[in-house]
Amino acid sequence: MALACLTITVLAYPQVTDGNVLRYQLEWIPQLGLNFTLRLDGFAWMFCVLINGIGFLVTVYARYYMSEDDPVPRFFSFFLAFMGAMLGIVLSGNVILLSIFWELTSISSFLLISYWHNAAAARDGARMALTITGIGGFCLLIGLLLIGNIVGSYDLDKILASGDLIRGHSLYVPALVFVLLGALTKSAQFPFHFWLPNAMAAPTPVSAFLHSATMVKAGVFLLARFSPALSGTYEWFFILGAAGILTLLIGAFFAIFQQDLKGLLAYSTISHLGLITTLLSLGSPLATVAAIFHMLNHATFKASLFMAAGIIDHETGTRDMRRLSGLFRYLPYTATLAMVASAAMAGVPLLNGFLSKEMFFAEAIETHADSVLDIILPYVATLAGAFSVAYSLRFIHTVFFGPQPTSLPKDTPHEPSRWMRFPIELLVVICLIVGIAPAFSVGPLLHTAVVSVLGTDTPEYSLSIWHGFNLPLVMSLIALIGGSALYFVLRHYLATCEDGPPLLRRLKGQRIFERILVEVSWRWARSAEQRIGTRNLQPQLRWVVVTGFLAGLLPLWLSGFEPRTFVFSGVDKVFAGIWLIGICLALGTAYLAKYHRLAALIMLGGIGLIVCMTFVWLSAPDLAITQLLVEIVTTVLILLGLRWLPKRAEKMDEAVTFRARFRRFRDLLIAIICGVGMTFVAYAVMTMPVPDAIATYFLENAYSEGGGRNVVNVILVDFRGFDTLGEIAVLGIVALTVYALLRRFRPAPDSMVMPEQQQIQNRFDEERPERNAGDTVREYLLVPSVIMQWMFPVIITFAVYILMRGHDLPGGGFSAGLTLSIAFLLQYLAGGTRWAEDRIRILPLRWMAAGLILSILTGIGAWLLGYPFLTSHSQYLTLPLIGKIPAATALFFDLGVFMLVVGSTVLILVALAHQSIRINRLRTIEAEKAKEN
Amino acid sequence: MEIILSIAIGVMTSCGVWLILRPRTYQVIIGLSLLSYAVNLFIFGVGGVKTNVPPILSGNGADGVLADPVPQALVLTAIVIGFATTALFLVVLLASRGLTGTDHVDGRGEKR
Repeated sequence: MALACLTITVLAYPQVTDGNVLRYQLEWIPQLGLNFTLRLDGFAWMFCVLINGIGFLVTVYARYYMSEDDPVPRFFSFFLAFMGAMLGIVLSGNVILLSIFWELTSISSFLLISYWHNAAAARDGARMALTITGIGGFCLLIGLLLIGNIVGSYDLDKILASGDLIRGHSLYVPALVFVLLGALTKSAQFPFHFWLPNAMAAPTPVSAFLHSATMVKAGVFLLARFSPALSGTYEWFFILGAAGILTLLIGAFFAIFQQDLKGLLAYSTISHLGLITTLLSLGSPLATVAAIFHMLNHATFKASLFMAAGIIDHETGTRDMRRLSGLFRYLPYTATLAMVASAAMAGVPLLNGFLSKEMFFAEAIETHADSVLDIILPYVATLAGAFSVAYSLRFIHTVFFGPQPTSLPKDTPHEPSRWMRFPIELLVVICLIVGIAPAFSVGPLLHTAVVSVLGTDTPEYSLSIWHGFNLPLVMSLIALIGGSALYFVLRHYLATCEDGPPLLRRLKGQRIFERILVEVSWRWARSAEQRIGTRNLQPQLRWVVVTGFLAGLLPLWLSGFEPRTFVFSGVDKVFAGIWLIGICLALGTAYLAKYHRLAALIMLGGIGLIVCMTFVWLSAPDLAITQLLVEIVTTVLILLGLRWLPKRAEKMDEAVTFRARFRRFRDLLIAIICGVGMTFVAYAVMTMPVPDAIATYFLENAYSEGGGRNVVNVILVDFRGFDTLGEIAVLGIVALTVYALLRRFRPAPDSMVMPEQQQIQNRFDEERPERNAGDTVREYLLVPSVIMQWMFPVIITFAVYILMRGHDLPGGGFSAGLTLSIAFLLQYLAGGTRWAEDRIRILPLRWMAAGLILSILTGIGAWLLGYPFLTSHSQYLTLPLIGKIPAATALFFDLGVFMLVVGSTVLILVALAHQSIRINRLRTIEAEKAKEN
Repeated sequence: MEIILSIAIGVMTSCGVWLILRPRTYQVIIGLSLLSYAVNLFIFGVGGVKTNVPPILSGNGADGVLADPVPQALVLTAIVIGFATTALFLVVLLASRGLTGTDHVDGRGEKR
């Protein structure tokens, strides 16, 4: 896979030389200027080769590194995902796309670092890496959005071309800061460097890939990529320079004192990235050349060193340098390879590291801006060079030389298999070739990359080993000698000391980070939750109501309430009378709902009827029918539920505390305010002339396009058919939820006993010898039961009638469905659950499924004829006996609605009704238990 | 007409709000039903209050002024969905009562 990508990339090389750009664009959300743009220029090409090449080598290496117990497929899928995301970063030609890929690398690196998720260190390291780079990625997105706003386009080419515009804009500094935050966190620059050593808990192939060629390089890649647009200002130099120089020094210093092999490499990576950042901060073309060159070199030698460290770990079982020594006699090849690679890291002549370090020294001497940073830079550079010599030397000397190791977990280490070493060999050979003959090997490639970043500013530079005896060479020599001396001075201390540098050992970025994490995500969150949160429903609802009221008031407040002269349109006395009753009922319901549930329910039903009458009165026959039917079903439903509620308190509470009284008063106030507000708003809305928006359209086209005269129904099944489809789906989901909840329902203990009325009736049976137990219950309300049973076919016919006429006259799927379910319901009421189920088997789930499928099929049918989803066709059919009926395709849709409504309603009601059967079973089980005891 | 309807909406809102702020689950379910009446009537009222002009066409097109069918269609589905939510809440209420042994909305305590 990686090899295939590499091949493709290499083949594309001729097209990107001399600053050409390959572009591929796919429209994504063009309205927002977001396109899926891929561009490949020389710089991206170089990175592609790095990512693919090292990715390929690491894959080969990992094949031999991972043990058989590890879930290898997971590893490789994460690995390739990460590689893909990384390629996305370097290839994207749209900054938003870039930011998305940026986040993807954060997430996939999180998965890779936490690959051994059983280890706490791996989890912590991964979380830290994700937190830091995730925050950085967010900052980057903000920065990129700001830049996109300044330029007016998110296209990378346009942004790179408008550097002067960006630098001159007032938002330049915030944009710069955010972009830099993104890059610095990713590249583990001070003060965000601490995630990188902790990420070493990952498997070594991951470290070799993430910390040499990819993850951390994404940051410096971004800096180099955006340097034409952002660099050259004092802010750029100062922020990046400070971060880079500090990182360079701190990383190198810390690296000396690490005891973990990978820890040493990690800090050295930090330090080298600091070097690259410092170079980029200078902003001069030559410095940029050096930076790009060093990215390439660092990737090669660092990947090979990580892999060598992995081999050592693999063969000896430890990475602790206090325990490793004298491994040369066991691992001669690996040792030689590691020595060459670390010499490159130290910057020894004839190796690639030397060349770029030399260029760095040369740039350090040049003065670019007159500031403290610039003056100290040469000294810092030399010092860091000396440190890097010291830790490279330490790496080699401790591990491979010295006495025989004594306390290794594995007994005799031996050379790894041929193919595990192959990637290192290849990389080391590249180090050597580049180091010895730079102009012939890497020269043209580097030139291509540099030209694509710098364009016409590309300076003259020479890639040769010998520049004559000049100041950079002297600095290199000082660093080499000083570093070696430093190591030999510190040698004995280092062999025994604790992990981490002296004095600063206690000051760990990691600990600070964790402290902050605990503080923010735990303490603050908890105290905030305690202060302003509540687990009680009442305050929550109170806030919802109050917020809703204020949200309604706010626009009135802002736009001003215009007092209008309300025209009093007269009051119909009957209507007023009905609603007078309605208002009394509403108040009664509110008052009685606590102590007299049944009375409250009956009053609620009364209000429902009044609402229904209102609909009739105000020209809404469809609503009236539906309201009436729903009212019946709801009442039955709540009646079924009442059985399971606790017995009502026999008397009102006498002692009401002051708090409770206050609470009630407050709630009453809120309620009254809301009611008054609602009244005013409702009145204002109703007396306002209705703007003619879409009503006329529906009225005019209902017949010609929907083929129906009942406009409400036509809207439901035709014009807004898709909404209706969604609504019936919701209804179905609710029914299923109810069903699922009730399957595991266990009533409270005090609801387990038989209802009082049944007890009395059964006692009546027991007292009389001629009666069987349960007779009275069965004979209860005999005459209504018989009527209800006889009504069954009548109601079904009525339901079909309502369904058929729905398109032209009031009716339709909803009301027909409710009617039919009432027909079923009456059978349950009349004969009891058992009686009804012995005679009719209703399969509500099938009804629901059939209804939903039918509705969708009707919609899809329109596709077959080349119309959009749910387009309807209408005509009249003449059936024998019945006559002309409207047969629009919408009728089938309505039939689907009908079936689903039947299924859902019956499912809900039957599930509740079944509880009384279940409770009998529960009762017998408990009785048996009691007997056994 | 409008004045009666709006007062009715206001009263039902008041009663509904009062009830949903009460601590017993049964009060809350009744309160929600009352609120949904009020809201349904309100949405219905947005289309204007007209008598004796149901939105049912007699000929092939619109003839004369008819009631606004759009709010009616909205309210029709709202009524059915309202039924569904009532059912759902009722069952949640019962389950909570079965699990916690109390009909307090928070499932605990005899606070009133």
